[in-house]
Amino acid sequence: MELFTNQVLAGIATGAIYACMALAVVMIYQAIDHLNFAQGEMAMFATFVSWQLMQWGVPYWGAFVITLVFAFVGGVAIERILFKPLAKAPVLTNVAGFIALFAIINSSAGLIWDFTIKQYPTPFGSSPFLGSQLISTHQAGMIGVTVLLLIGLYFFFQYTRIGLAMRAAASVPESARLVGINTSWMIALGWGMASAIGAIAGMLIAPVVFLEPNMMGGVLIYGFAAAVLGGLTSPFGAVVGGFLMGIFENLAGTYIPGVGNELKLPIALALIISVLVVKPAGLFGRHIVKRV
Amino acid sequence: MTTLLNVKDLRAYYGQVQALHGLSFSLNEGSLTTLLGANGAGKTTTLRAICNMVRSTGAIEFDGKPLNNRSTENIVRFGIAHVPQGRGTFTTMTVEENLQLGAITRKDSAGIVSDIERMYAHFPVLKQRHTQQAGTLSGGEQQMLAVARALMLRPRLMLLDEPSFGLAPLVVRDLFGILGKINREDKVSILVVEQNAQLALELADQAYVIETGRIVMSGNAKDIANNEEIRKSYLGY
Repeated sequence: MELFTNQVLAGIATGAIYACMALAVVMIYQAIDHLNFAQGEMAMFATFVSWQLMQWGVPYWGAFVITLVFAFVGGVAIERILFKPLAKAPVLTNVAGFIALFAIINSSAGLIWDFTIKQYPTPFGSSPFLGSQLISTHQAGMIGVTVLLLIGLYFFFQYTRIGLAMRAAASVPESARLVGINTSWMIALGWGMASAIGAIAGMLIAPVVFLEPNMMGGVLIYGFAAAVLGGLTSPFGAVVGGFLMGIFENLAGTYIPGVGNELKLPIALALIISVLVVKPAGLFGRHIVKRV
Repeated sequence: MTTLLNVKDLRAYYGQVQALHGLSFSLNEGSLTTLLGANGAGKTTTLRAICNMVRSTGAIEFDGKPLNNRSTENIVRFGIAHVPQGRGTFTTMTVEENLQLGAITRKDSAGIVSDIERMYAHFPVLKQRHTQQAGTLSGGEQQMLAVARALMLRPRLMLLDEPSFGLAPLVVRDLFGILGKINREDKVSILVVEQNAQLALELADQAYVIETGRIVMSGNAKDIANNEEIRKSYLGY
């Protein structure tokens, strides 16, 4: 039983990170109808920036905040420079854009910081949390920061005018323009926020997976799986999907014989496919009927 | 009487296809003007061109200021509220959020709150359903919501694209009654595009008839309604 509880709690901790990545993916998907394959690389690059800042002597939380600002501005810039011109381009052009972005960011990080694996600090420490052997303080910190972030985002989207405008721009762009919302900038803002959310995920997971240019590959796949599981049209679903994904991954690794650490990722991919077969809109997604 | 909206030699294009061929008309401050015409005559395109939602040339002046080359969201800020065909409801949001969105360009939060109450007085059914998802409303209720959302801007000019479309005759009567009241009491100028010519002519003071992207007839709404020849050849009743 203790093993089970332990695995579930650890699953919630990594699930928090998947939830953040899934949320970032869903935010951009809602705004432009495309999956951002480079979401993980953007997060990785931001994490490197925070690491560099700490190398220069900036304290952890200072670096954390500066990195969020950097990630936000970077996300907005990527949208303005690369994806705004592609807004009316065919799907494949956009996919090519995302792959290019992936390659550019990945290689740049390798060029600047090289591909060796680096230690990344945690501000929470890694001692047992509250004296319990079930979960470490860093894992508790991952959950805590994510929960704070989610609550903050909920209030932002539910109770602020700009949040309302962003939701409107994503759901019915034409009507949003007709009430005077600058939908183009709302999309850019969505990119900025998604990028900052990804940066938080990157900085929280870096002490676990270690810092290197390919650190987010697996995490992003879990994030995609979580988003698909919860439904790409539902931010709430994406978050639930993230936590479920983390727990599922850990339990599968522990209890299904022969899975272990190596086969956890294929299991995630199998889950994506199964969900798409059984429930194409995801657990919480809405069916979108398009007239052709 | 001052001219609020002046459209001169308007030509609009969908890709290579020209939809409006040099259309000119004007609308007086405080008036309720209707654009009539058959399917495909260019009524919707005219409204969309005013809000720069379709590529067009020609002059569009609102209150003496040119609207050409301004983005849709900027044109709204002049006080032009457009109720699009199909109502443009934010279906996943609540009724109240839809109303708040109508006022998203305004800064006076107290005024917005009191205007939402005013809308509930105009349209009591919206108050009953204010926490409901707007997509769950009936067609008539969504049309009420669309009009209320447009009014939340405190517009000087309201553009309505086929408000009667898909509604039961009784609901249409109701809606047109409210539009007339808004025009008289709130001093909102209204340009309404309609296929239901009979009803629109009862409501309007000025009327224009469009055929294949040109104005073919204009005048006092009563005169047009009483002219049997025009009615038979252009309005089909």
